[in-house]
Formats: sequence, structure tokens, C-alpha cells
Amino acid sequence: MTIAEKILAAHAGREEVRAGELIMAVIDLVMANELSAILAIQEFEKIKPKRVFDPEKIALVPDHFTPNKDMKTAEITKAVRRFAQEYGITHYFEVGRGGIEHVLLPEEGLVAPGDLIIGGDSHTCTYGALGAFATGVGSTDVAAAFAIGQVWLRVPQSIKLVYYGQPGKWVSGKDIILYTIGDLGVDGAIYQVLEFTGEGVTHLSIADRFTMANMAIEAGAKTGIFEADEKTVEYVKGTIEDHESRMRNFKSDPDAEYVRTLEYDLSEIEPQVAVPSLPENVKPVREVGEVDIDQVVIGFCTNGRIEDLRIAAEVFKGKRVHPKVRALIFPGTQKVALQAIHEGLAETFIESGCAFSTPSCGPCIGGHLGVLGERERCVSTSNRNFVGRMGPLSSEIYLASPAVAAASAVAGKIAHPEEVV
Amino acid sequence: MMLRGRTWKYGRNIDTDVIIPGRYANIAEASELAKHCLEDLDPDFVKNMRPGDIIVAETNFGCGSSREIAPLSIKAAGVSCVIAKSFARIFYRNAINIGLPIFECPEAVDGIETGDTLEIDPTAGKIFNVTKNLSFETEPLPEFIQEIVAEGGLMRFVAALSQKSKPLRE
Repeated sequence: MTIAEKILAAHAGREEVRAGELIMAVIDLVMANELSAILAIQEFEKIKPKRVFDPEKIALVPDHFTPNKDMKTAEITKAVRRFAQEYGITHYFEVGRGGIEHVLLPEEGLVAPGDLIIGGDSHTCTYGALGAFATGVGSTDVAAAFAIGQVWLRVPQSIKLVYYGQPGKWVSGKDIILYTIGDLGVDGAIYQVLEFTGEGVTHLSIADRFTMANMAIEAGAKTGIFEADEKTVEYVKGTIEDHESRMRNFKSDPDAEYVRTLEYDLSEIEPQVAVPSLPENVKPVREVGEVDIDQVVIGFCTNGRIEDLRIAAEVFKGKRVHPKVRALIFPGTQKVALQAIHEGLAETFIESGCAFSTPSCGPCIGGHLGVLGERERCVSTSNRNFVGRMGPLSSEIYLASPAVAAASAVAGKIAHPEEVV
Repeated sequence: MMLRGRTWKYGRNIDTDVIIPGRYANIAEASELAKHCLEDLDPDFVKNMRPGDIIVAETNFGCGSSREIAPLSIKAAGVSCVIAKSFARIFYRNAINIGLPIFECPEAVDGIETGDTLEIDPTAGKIFNVTKNLSFETEPLPEFIQEIVAEGGLMRFVAALSQKSKPLRE
């Protein structure tokens, strides 16, 4: 069996499951943000349950349109807050004490290797970085999980991605996953799992792995997953008190079946950019040509970790944001923001002329805090560059790593970090 | 129940942002969502469509966000079903969970043009293009998913189970 099949079997109370089977599985955690939670709460309350299945296994994270962007959102977050209080939800993360869901939950120790997690957000697959099976679902699935703590799933086939070699100086997890999606296409892994393997992944930090697992959905995948290794154990030791009893390190069998196997040499991957308007439109940054930009946004669930901000600050250090560009930094959580202040990164950003924001998904979904105008162009470290995602239909998004985004902010056009550092 | 309607055909990778843009993500009322269905893909869709009409698309329909307001806006607009060569997986399960019929049938998609009238028998999995006099068969939904659909969506299925107060399946 693959690691995905093993985790699903363990949560379905079975010795073995096979790709294609439909199962009911017991979850370790169900997550929702305010926008997915509000519909889930409405559905949940329709069946008038007296309690939720387990108030300690639900996480509610207002992060998409928060701090409240308007009155409508204020009513939504109010309803989510009321629900959390009424049902005694332990893991409710208020604005100011939380952050962006997929950066926050691992940091809070709510994700362990071997867990089965569902979330009312398509980027729930991020947690696969730690060896959990985590997948995005809609609000009705979340509501059902609130009630019974279970989810129906079709056991997916897996694609084995084998990485080898060392990535170059400015090459990060973002470049590797963009390159991989460019190869697979946005529906290349539909209904399937991306299993990230090979000697190459041992060189990657946990932050890089979060970025890669985060974007598995952009190839259509049900999730992306890494087997837990020494770096994973080290990370989990820092986040989960009873980590020894919580961790279940599943590994794929040597004879596990894969729908296909693809190999990539990390030493040959250049910094990448996904040009409008699909994440599969990937090119090396040096081949993008002369592209003037209006805005740069760095952070979010894809690249809002302290490691990401360190790289961005390294590029910004001693330089100014180009006069025609607005640059905005969105740390993933309050802890990341505080760490960025301690390390002097926040100072670097502000001295360079960047806005240093509170954590929010805001502009990534065209919500608030940095929406684009007609025909404006943005380099973003987020995960989607769909038509109209960050503003009007004529606006454009180029996806890139924090290093490329920061370099572009300084240059005023899409740039390789070597051009400015 | 037979479904009958005119078709509106679109391309590949129709993402949830063009089905219902993020700027409407804080709307929870179905009637409001209906007004913005496919707004960034085909701004005149809501004006031109009639209740019962059918959306037809190439591969990977509904890719992107997990937002359930995407299938909700389609259902609320009065669309009777969606036929595509393939669906993004979260859209697929959301549609089932809220009771919006969807059919994966590449052959049918190739045999349909915008404006064709279709008749669909969901239980038998038969799609008939009335305009072109062509018949197609789709894979029936898996038995377990049919149980959810038969209960009228996932929450009724869950409610029925919690009354029995036993685990869903061993």
C-alpha cells in the first residue's frame, strides 16, 4: 500500500484499502475558516444536534475576509464566534491570536504525521508536508464532520514524484512545485495523490515542504504528502507536547502501486514564474521577458512562514521598493509576525517601503487589503493566478517565490533575485 | 425524475473563481448567489438562461477553491445539472452533498453544442440529445453515493444515521 492508502485504512478501521474503494473514515481534525464555517454551521444546525462530535477536534480560523472587511463579514465572523462559544470549540482562533489557517494549525501542534484531516478550504492539503493525509472539502462535508466526526472518501491512486539533487541558491519549494505543476498540468493529478519522495526532498526544509504540499490541489490532486523524516520529527517535537504518542509514521511499501512515477533533478530547476491565468503556465523567470508590475504581495498560506520572510528580507535589505510598485507583506500567523519583528525582518520591510500587514488571506481571493485595479499586474507568492482572482478580469497575477517576488518589487518588473542582490 | 433543458457549453478548467468570484464569498443566501452565477465567465448567462437549462463543459470543471457557493449558485440559478468530461474533485463532492446532479461523460460533451436540448434520465444514466438525435450513457454513481443522493443530500443522510445512533460503517 501507499502511505495514503495506509493512513486511510487506519482511519477506516481496516487492514487494507485499495484505490477506487469508497470508505467512511474517522477524522482527527476538521477545520474551517469563516467563509466555509458559516455555511457549515447553517447546515449543521438544520439537523438540530445537541453537541458536536468532539469540541477538541474542530478548528475554526477566521482568516479570509478578516480583520472584518465589511459589515456582512462582521456578521459572519460573529456567527462563527457564537457557534464556537455555544459548542465549546477549543481551537477557535480569534483575530490577533491566530493567523492564516494552514500556517497556523501545524504551528499550534494540531497536525501530526499519520493524521486524517479535512478542511473547508482547498489548501488543506498543506498538512501533507508533515505526513498527514489532509484534504479540502466543502461546507456540507464540514457540517457532517462536526456532527459525526467522519467523512466519505474515495481511496485515491497516487502519483510518485521522485526528486533528486540539490536545489540552487535561489530555488525554493515554490519553484519546485511550480515546475512540477507546469509538467503535470492543472488537471494532471485529478482525484489522485502527489507523493513527494526521493533523496532530493531530504534537502528541503519543512517550510519548503508546506509550500509544495499546499499547491498539490493546483494539479487537481486530492492531497500531496511527504513521508515523515528526521526534520519532520524535529518540527513536531517543537509543536506537540505528547508527540511520541501522537505520531504515526506510515511509509509506502516497496511494492506499492502508483498510477505513474515522474523524476525531477532539483539542480536543474531555475526560479519559476506561473504567468496568467493558470498555475500550469510556468516558465523560468529569465524567460518571462520584460513585464512591468504594479503590486507585489508576499506571504499567505503558500509562503507566509518565517523562512519565506527571511528570504524576502534578504533581497529587500538595503534596497527600496520601486517607486511605481506597492509591496505588501502578509505573515502567516501572529507568531511569524512577532518572530519577524524579533529578527529585524519587519524593520527591513518597512525601511524598504513595504506595507507590513496583519495575517490575512485578503487580496489572494480578491477580498480586501490589496485588491487590484483594471489592467494592474501583481507578482504574488500565493497559489492561484486565475482570471479575476485578485481584482477585475483585466488584472493579472504572476505566481512566484518570495525571493522572486521581492526582487521584482525592487526592480519594478519581474526579476531574478540575482539581478538585484 | 427526467431532466430536460437547453445547453450552455464552455471550455476546459472552468474554475470556481469564474463560477462565483471571491468578492461574493461572504454571501450565504442562495437567491443572491444565483444572480452572480458564472458572472466572470459569461456575464449574460443568468439573464439568458431558463430554469432547467444545463451547463456542459470540457475537462476539470470547478477547479480551484472548495467554496460550496460554486455549486450552490449553479443550483440556485435553476440549472438542472452539469455535464463535463471531468470534474475537479472538491466540486464533485460538493455537488453530490448539496444535491446538484452532475454527469461525467466525455462522449456526450463532444456531441453537444450550445443551444442543443437534452433529456437526461439520471437513474439510468442516459443522456439524449434531442436536437441532434444522439444517445449517450454515463457511468451510474457508486452505490454509496446513490444512498446519499437518495436521502436528499449528505446532511439528511447524517441525520438519518445519528437517529440510528450507530457508526456509519465498520
